[in-house]
Amino acid sequence: MTSALLPHEAVVVDRKDETPEMFSLRLRFTDPEVQAGYRFSLGQFNMLCLPGMGEVPISIVSDPEDRQTIDHTIRQVGSLTRNLGRLEIGDRLGLRGPYGRGWPAASAEGTDLVIVTGGLGCAPAVSLIEFALRRRSRYGRLHIVQGVKHAHDLIWRERYDAWRQHPDVEVYLTADTGDTLWPWHLGPVTQFFDRIDIDPTRCSVFLCGPEGMMKAVIREMDRRRVPARRIWLSMERNMHCALGACGRCQLGAKFVCRDGPVFSWAELAPYLAHQGI
Amino acid sequence: MKVQRFLARDRFPSLLERLEEAGYDVIGPQVRDHAIVFDTLPSVEALPRGVTDEQGPGHYRLAASHSGRYFDWANGPQALKPLTFVPRETLWTSKTRDDGTLVFREQPPEARPTAVIGVRACDLAALAIHDRHFLHGAEPDPHYRARRENLFLVAVNCSRSAATCFCTATGDGPRVRHGHDLALGELDDGFVVEAHTDRGRELLATLDTTEVTAEALDEVEAALERAAGQQHRRLPAGSLPDQLQAAVVHPHWQNLNDRCLTCGNCTAVCPTCFCQTHVDTLSLDGREAGHARQWETCFSPDHSYIHGTIIRAERPQRYRQWLTHKFGTWVEQFGRSGCVGCGRCIAWCPVGIDVTEELAALCQAPAPAPGQTPERAPSRAGDSATGDIPGRQEAGDD
Repeated sequence: MTSALLPHEAVVVDRKDETPEMFSLRLRFTDPEVQAGYRFSLGQFNMLCLPGMGEVPISIVSDPEDRQTIDHTIRQVGSLTRNLGRLEIGDRLGLRGPYGRGWPAASAEGTDLVIVTGGLGCAPAVSLIEFALRRRSRYGRLHIVQGVKHAHDLIWRERYDAWRQHPDVEVYLTADTGDTLWPWHLGPVTQFFDRIDIDPTRCSVFLCGPEGMMKAVIREMDRRRVPARRIWLSMERNMHCALGACGRCQLGAKFVCRDGPVFSWAELAPYLAHQGI
Repeated sequence: MKVQRFLARDRFPSLLERLEEAGYDVIGPQVRDHAIVFDTLPSVEALPRGVTDEQGPGHYRLAASHSGRYFDWANGPQALKPLTFVPRETLWTSKTRDDGTLVFREQPPEARPTAVIGVRACDLAALAIHDRHFLHGAEPDPHYRARRENLFLVAVNCSRSAATCFCTATGDGPRVRHGHDLALGELDDGFVVEAHTDRGRELLATLDTTEVTAEALDEVEAALERAAGQQHRRLPAGSLPDQLQAAVVHPHWQNLNDRCLTCGNCTAVCPTCFCQTHVDTLSLDGREAGHARQWETCFSPDHSYIHGTIIRAERPQRYRQWLTHKFGTWVEQFGRSGCVGCGRCIAWCPVGIDVTEELAALCQAPAPAPGQTPERAPSRAGDSATGDIPGRQEAGDD
């Protein structure tokens, strides 16, 4: 019996620096059989491993229908992610996955999408936006709201410009602190909701970022009578196994790695109403 | 079919001998460092004969039992947990070849057929909980499975309870009901041996036993009743998950903050706690690596650490996590409470925190005492008390 915790060898087939702190890796399992058998759904994650250093859960940003390679966009926040950032094309690492329950792409079909992210390059949201734009006819209007702390934190400016060009796509950008070259808005992400025509009966709200930001958005959605089961949050917690075994990612009765990382607000409201759960 | 036989005290060593002949390493209770622990049992002489335990909040002492019995004590700090979910074990190793390619290899567990003598009803209940966690999920754990499948369990019906025992309140004891191969009922002159599995029956058939008398059975029953009657700790009536959810904000958490050292002793001795940390090792030349898991406690700040933030930064939040998981959210996860009433967390807490008392206090409506809660009460669902945890405000937060 093979342990589900055993990584498989993967190779870096491409890499790109997004910002001084963020980079993307394009990976492929070196065993063609493993690669051929690998399937994932939108919003799931993998465990990336550098032997001797550890493992880290990273969201998958490539399209689920792309069976050749697997893309991850990673922010350098610790020694493991810094060392992942030093990998070059051809370098090897350990990979296992996919894990968790991702975005409910199917149940959101036919609805307007309100996608709100806070912080730096929220990879789960980017994968969701790209996914919906590639399947444009399945979804209604797209409202993309991105908040950053400081103007210089915004990455992928060209991506936001490209998204704007699609029909029925609106992009709202805001920073807590702007600078002279910041052409967009200042203040919290919640300022836009009075301008967005939100139909609570046919919209899906997707949130990714700091919990305080997500809760502020949820208050606004609650005022607009958006049902809690139509609001989805991508959560982050400490994870060591990704199998619901190590207990580290518990959020109330939920194991974020297995039951999430995407949850509806209806599932999380009893827990996230309080700090330190 | 229930098979019950009587094994005279002077024939008891033959149980060990038959188990050894059947290929088992025999583990049994014995006195070490002033406590009763499980370890390799060289002979029945090593059993804690004539020894009993005195337990209370933050208190565990051995004393003379003034009897010739082997099992005249309630429990020691260990249950079966260290034998199945071992404190630390390597799960896989890897090697970096000269060309930079990697090989990942499973590290098979070192599991040998192991017979454990002296298992209590609460220990078996805890084992069943771990079976569900490690074996009956989507990804059964091969390391746990290998150790688990190698176990032969000789249980003992309790004849006395420690003051910390409350298995009658959780419904897990003191009578041995399931999960064992053989169950012993100890009498002064020998043992009532009951077989519960085919291999238990086979082993029992090899022992030099006699018919069980009605008197012997009555005595085992009376001892069980006496043990149950000695228990005075109770759990609050009604649904604990509901009551604990309602007590998320409660002044009693602050009271716990004033006592709990967050040492994690309770989670180490708890037979059902399963939290793990995964650690990596690297050889000096950087070529060979290992990936191990070891016990972790939810009382450590690292348990909930995620890039720059500790989710449960405050002590009462960590105690709350442990208690509300064990008695509350565990029910949603596993269909029953995570507590088997062994009382170890009470005895081995260095400051004598008593879960049964804490639950009683938390399940009472709090007296209004503003400013004494570990967090401000939210004004409405979805509202949060921010700012009570340092470092929670991140980029883009508003």
